[in-house]
Amino acid sequence: MFPTNKPDPALLRGLTSRRLGRRDALRLGGVSALGAFLAACGVQGKGSPEASVAPDAVQKFWGGKVKNGKVDFANWPLYMDPKKPELAKFTARTGITVNYQEVIQEMGPWFAKVQPQLSAGQSIGFDLMVITNSLQFGQFRSGGFLAPLDHSKLPNYAANAAKSYANEAFDPGNVFSIPWASGITGIAYDIKKTGREITSLADLWDPKFKGKVGMFSDTQELANFGLLAAGLKPGDSEEGDWKKAAAKLKEQKDAGMVRNYYDQSYVDALGKGEVWLTQAWSGDVFQKNVSDGTDFRFVIPSEGGTIWTDNMTIPVTATNPVDAIMLMDFFYEVENAAALAEYINYVCPVPAAQAQIKKDAAAASGDDRATLTEVADSPLVFPGESDYAKLHYYVDFNTAEEQQNFQRIFEPITLS
Amino acid sequence: MNRVKRTLAPYLLVLPGGLWLLLFFVVPMVTMFSLSLQQGDIINGYRFTGHWQNYLDAITDYRVQLIRSLVYGLITTVALIVMSFPVAYWIAFYGGRRKPTYLFLVLLPFFVSFVLRTISWRQILTDDGMLLHPLKEAGLLSPGFHILGTPYAVIFGLIYNFLPFMVLPIYVALERIDPRVVEAARDLYAAPMTVFRRVVFPLALPGVFAGVLMTFVPASSDYVNSGVLGSSSTTMIGQVVQAQALANSNYPMASALSFFLMAVLLTGVFAYARVLGTEDVMNAAAR
Repeated sequence: MFPTNKPDPALLRGLTSRRLGRRDALRLGGVSALGAFLAACGVQGKGSPEASVAPDAVQKFWGGKVKNGKVDFANWPLYMDPKKPELAKFTARTGITVNYQEVIQEMGPWFAKVQPQLSAGQSIGFDLMVITNSLQFGQFRSGGFLAPLDHSKLPNYAANAAKSYANEAFDPGNVFSIPWASGITGIAYDIKKTGREITSLADLWDPKFKGKVGMFSDTQELANFGLLAAGLKPGDSEEGDWKKAAAKLKEQKDAGMVRNYYDQSYVDALGKGEVWLTQAWSGDVFQKNVSDGTDFRFVIPSEGGTIWTDNMTIPVTATNPVDAIMLMDFFYEVENAAALAEYINYVCPVPAAQAQIKKDAAAASGDDRATLTEVADSPLVFPGESDYAKLHYYVDFNTAEEQQNFQRIFEPITLS
Repeated sequence: MNRVKRTLAPYLLVLPGGLWLLLFFVVPMVTMFSLSLQQGDIINGYRFTGHWQNYLDAITDYRVQLIRSLVYGLITTVALIVMSFPVAYWIAFYGGRRKPTYLFLVLLPFFVSFVLRTISWRQILTDDGMLLHPLKEAGLLSPGFHILGTPYAVIFGLIYNFLPFMVLPIYVALERIDPRVVEAARDLYAAPMTVFRRVVFPLALPGVFAGVLMTFVPASSDYVNSGVLGSSSTTMIGQVVQAQALANSNYPMASALSFFLMAVLLTGVFAYARVLGTEDVMNAAAR
């Protein structure tokens, strides 16, 4: 996401910023005392970009690290069976206890929350965190906040992961991350309220649903739908396109269509009838229906949806990295990957899990059997070629400046 | 020796509190002020460049939310005065032996967390909740009708959450009024309304002023009520500051907005004190 040949910012700073000489300081006297103090309050540069890709980085990080018997795991809500059978199995087998916390609701706030500790070299209290391939992934990476993975500790991943994941633009070769699950951003709706099938992005602009539409507050998610609605492709969009998309989204907002811009809380808003149709992540509706008996639907709009990947990563300051990487690899055993996909209904990174789920379905009976068969055949869990054709990748940023411009274009929509 | 002690005593007494303020108030304020004049981004760091443009950017980008916050704050404060005065009056003059009980009742909801109280209102007012669902089922309201997400819901939440901060100072002011002053007014043939208008109300004004200080300022910069009960069309400046600081890591923008808001609120409060004329701001704040 960022150019890799960027010079060390500390060096740049030293070359370009004006220093206050001793004589200057004396001459300016009392006035400058406050000024100098103010200047001293500057926020330090965060880490050294890309430093950890060095060839010996893996050895440097993992050398001398040992298993400690516990791991603190930060994940998003609705991303595991609440009874956590997989974790119990992991603990029974390895003796490692897992402290599983659903603390991540949106990428921006999560980055802002842990960034100060990471840049101070302190533990964030978690050894494993699941982060999306959004622009914050780039920030985590270029901040040098992610531990390079020791792939010799990931045999199941090597054996079972779909090969395409190693080619994803945000982390080629899976140096810092391996997928937890992928997902599709589409539209969820309550057909009892809308009174009709929702098929297209245009429905999000339909005056009939004024004040009942939910959109995401994450700028990238929001921008993607604006771009698609304006007939543009997020993956190769530029600043001019962003402005068009922003205008389209502004129009939707000014017409009073949007009830609110949500993080993960959109599921709750849909459940309470505050929104009738909303931007949504593919697996959430499935789980909501299973756990609350609701009848919400999810659709990939005819104009297309977006696909993203949530990734397991280890923060550089993790205190139990060995335990964390063992847990990461554990989820790549076919059986465990299948169990997870059966519950969360997100795109499974392990293709062989499909056969396993079918086997589980054959062994089950009644409702369970129907649900499992549905999961195994679901294009939302195991998308085929034709499904991928409808899906778009996120906006790609070439420079940090581009990314800032992007933010400045879309932030005012959610914030005003 | 004694004299030295006597001169030093006040300073020594101020020392613990003073150090506390210096450490936890002055230092952060200066840091924030410095931040508001810095440039850069989170990865490469922010540097002090005396960048006043931050203020201009902040105000141009978010003037709508600034004005909205002040308007909400003002409506809330006026509504609070109107609602609190009768309550405080009744407790002060007719509360009798039970005064402490009534005051306790006013404060009772505050034993539950601020955020939790607001969220529970969200449960009650939500589109398909216990209040609206039956009315919609009965066909009295259209299915699309909602209270949440409107300015009414946000202002309602602000009034609810700040009520005691207006009742208590007004009560204290009323309680201090010497009953003989009221009797004297009556003896001089003042009608009950005149007694209230010319005697009781002016004497209660310092309490009203203290109440305004304690409600207008926090209500204008509140972000919980709008976040929980509001929508994208009720965003207040507190939410913008929160998002800029905690979600976007744009510390300079967040600091610039905070300082501008502080300047506006201080100006407003001092202007109000000047118009009111009767009371010194610092004096009122000290009550």
